[in-house]
Amino acid sequence: MVTMVITSISSSTSEQTKSTPGIGWGGTGARPNGNGSRGPKGNGGGGDRNRSDFSPQQYRIGMWVVLAAVMMMFAALTSAYVFRADRTQSWQSFDVPSLMWVSTALILISSVTYEMARRALKKAQSAAYRTWLIVSLLLGLGFLVSQLLAWQQLVAQGIYLATNPHSSFFYLLTALHALHLILGVFGLSYLWLRTLQRVRHDRADRQGAAKEQARADAMGIYWHFMDGLWVYLFALLFLWR
Amino acid sequence: MEEATAATSGNVAVTETHAPVETSHHGPAAHHHGPPTSFIRKYIFSVDHKVIGIQYLLLAIFSAFVGMLMSVLMRVKLTWPNSSITILETIFPQGAPGGQMTPEFYLSLVTMHGTIMVFYVLTTAPQGGFGNYFLPIQIGAEDMAFPVLNMLSFWVTFVGLVVIIAAVFFEGNQALGTSALGMWLGGGGSGTVGPIGGWTGYPPLSALGKIAGPGQGAGMSLWIASIAIFCVASLLGALNFITTMLNMRTRGMSLMRMPLTCWSWFTTAILALLSFPVLLAAGVLLLLDRHAGTSFFIPGGLVVSDQLLPNKGGSPILWQHLFWFFGHPEVYIAILPGMGLTSHVLSTFARKPIFGYRAMVFAMFAIGLLGFFVWGHHMFISGMDPRTGMAFSVLTLSIGVPSAIKTFNWIGTLWGGKIHFTVPMLFAIGFVSLFVAGGITGLVLGQTTLDLAMHDSYFVLAHFHLVMGVAAIFGMFAGVYFWFPKMFGRMMNDTLGYIHFWPTFIGVYCIFVPMHAMGIVGMPRRYSSFEEYVFLARTEPLVLLVTIAALVTAATQFVFLFNFFWSLFKGRKAGDNPWNATTLEWTVSSPPPFDNFGGVVPVVYRGAYEFSVPGAAEDYTMQTEPDAESAAAVTHGELAQGEQGSSGNGHDGHH
Repeated sequence: MVTMVITSISSSTSEQTKSTPGIGWGGTGARPNGNGSRGPKGNGGGGDRNRSDFSPQQYRIGMWVVLAAVMMMFAALTSAYVFRADRTQSWQSFDVPSLMWVSTALILISSVTYEMARRALKKAQSAAYRTWLIVSLLLGLGFLVSQLLAWQQLVAQGIYLATNPHSSFFYLLTALHALHLILGVFGLSYLWLRTLQRVRHDRADRQGAAKEQARADAMGIYWHFMDGLWVYLFALLFLWR
Repeated sequence: MEEATAATSGNVAVTETHAPVETSHHGPAAHHHGPPTSFIRKYIFSVDHKVIGIQYLLLAIFSAFVGMLMSVLMRVKLTWPNSSITILETIFPQGAPGGQMTPEFYLSLVTMHGTIMVFYVLTTAPQGGFGNYFLPIQIGAEDMAFPVLNMLSFWVTFVGLVVIIAAVFFEGNQALGTSALGMWLGGGGSGTVGPIGGWTGYPPLSALGKIAGPGQGAGMSLWIASIAIFCVASLLGALNFITTMLNMRTRGMSLMRMPLTCWSWFTTAILALLSFPVLLAAGVLLLLDRHAGTSFFIPGGLVVSDQLLPNKGGSPILWQHLFWFFGHPEVYIAILPGMGLTSHVLSTFARKPIFGYRAMVFAMFAIGLLGFFVWGHHMFISGMDPRTGMAFSVLTLSIGVPSAIKTFNWIGTLWGGKIHFTVPMLFAIGFVSLFVAGGITGLVLGQTTLDLAMHDSYFVLAHFHLVMGVAAIFGMFAGVYFWFPKMFGRMMNDTLGYIHFWPTFIGVYCIFVPMHAMGIVGMPRRYSSFEEYVFLARTEPLVLLVTIAALVTAATQFVFLFNFFWSLFKGRKAGDNPWNATTLEWTVSSPPPFDNFGGVVPVVYRGAYEFSVPGAAEDYTMQTEPDAESAAAVTHGELAQGEQGSSGNGHDGHH
């Protein structure tokens, strides 16, 4: 049987390997390149990085990855929506609840104010940063309240979740968007709480500032995305078809 | 119980942890984090990717044995329909009266076996387990990008597993099902067995609730909830994998120098990221149909249990589209990490560089990409425009091209190599064999005309069990045997390894090859009994053969279980690099220190598979070994920092 050929390499070599890697290369250890497996970019990769170094890329990449997942979820629901709307016999559209226009205005403005906050932070104007953060936060909460009132408008008209497919999708999509926006509100609150905390730190701490900026930038991507997502959902629910 | 086991092995994993060397260059403001000291932070709610990896692995091993037990029960029911297993009656008095499994009980086993195996074994172990443990080490990072999210991802998975086990008991146990919680979850359980719906949970059956019969009450709601929870956990994991790989590679670790395992985890993470949200959305729609009276999946005019349902105009096919848009990439989520690991192990034990490294990377991406455009081949029989069917068919068959590239490259790697038939190597070769054997029938089923005849027969069962079930499991076994010394500092027992491999390898072929024949004869899957089908009478000897093979194979797995836990304590001590392998995890101690590299940034000078380099003293060259050019550069002082950083033995070279 082939298996019996096996040699357990382990026992014989564990001693020597301990000394091999990495040492001895100033003098004798230099070796030829082997087998052409050098990467095309010899110096690619992580770069000259200390362990405690902060890489601002991390938050941004992470945020885009999160948003890719969010995008796929809403893409799936969109396809379900389009598919379902084609089965016309049971589809009954209703008109835009008037408060939705208010919500839309609120969330659009909050994107602008958030951008103001982000820029204030970039110019190290922490007071302005804090103010604009609060304003964006309040606008976000205002959006949520306005959405809730819009739901009540519909309920008053007798339109519920299970009334017809359009209302089912309407409540589902607005609820999922609101859920994501609530996460965003938590994010903004977190940033705001940090502004209170940061006073204790040394302002000249450059790494701390870069980290804060990276956080605010990543949060900005999320907040603007939620804004754009709302506009998209609004168009899908009421302007499409 | 899960927690207890996690704790024991975590203990083993980190005993040799030594605090990282206190470094001076950070400056006083740098937050230096040392290993946690409290038991709970260290072994249970740990943020260390290594502990989390082991937790995932143990969760998967536990789930795998539960799933395997269910498959054994199914075989027993099929072969000896009147056999009586008393313990079943104790747990499910109505599902198995007198210890005899009812057809509902069988269907419930089908459902739970599929769900637990696909989600909690095939998706957790290769990615959450090995990926968590080894991705950061192989790219030279000290941890994952977001350690806290990483911890959350494991514990959310754990909650999902608890929920799916609860689903069985809320549905199958009269007392629990009619409790307040059970009633709130979906009008109570049916009191007979667990949820029934297969791992695909097709509506309308799954969307109707208790009215639809046994297995459709509280248990079904919990089943859907468990899947949704699992989706969230997978997304958290995928987020971490992608960010870590893109952003935390160490100095010199260019993309094309990464081990193929890292590429496979990266591809898998992308697939998970883009497919799980779709399943999550579908799960939410299904729950709304069950609990809020919507009609996403429930068609109009449906009469169930002599009752006309009020729903209008929903489409069961919509679920199939959403489910399989996730379901097909899921197949690759299960198998891709195995492919990466197989490449890694084959190269290591053939003592040859991997054949066609770049082709391997691109083939992996091609498989992943094509995987998103072939979901329709699961639905040929659901009714489909023939032109659409043709498009799905052609795309499906084209996956054969990257798959063949990988297979030939594996053979090319073995060709003329100095092969060491170690236990991980045998499992890796077994993976190639099973992947070919199971993949080839994919070309049969991918054709619309043939699929119409074969659909939902044992042929399909044989196909996907070989290719995504057993092959992926072989990949995991290869991983356990290969990395066990690194994870726990001890070798697994070789003899027990061979005793595990051969019966398993022969056994799975004895189980699944006859199933092809049964499928061609016309045996439908998911039936609990074939006694009334005269045309299937002649398959009886095959059914018996399959069952005996299944029992032997299942029993053999306990050899593995024993070996695993025995070796934790009694295994031969392993050195840093027992296999003479080249990648970064073998440069550090076994098990690795808390921050993986003892505070030192490893520097990488070469690709991952430099075996038998002409002119080298050994038949392997570590990635950290500088080449002639870099050595020359250092003498001119250009890479001074790199020089000191590269030493993997603990002293801190920074100033």
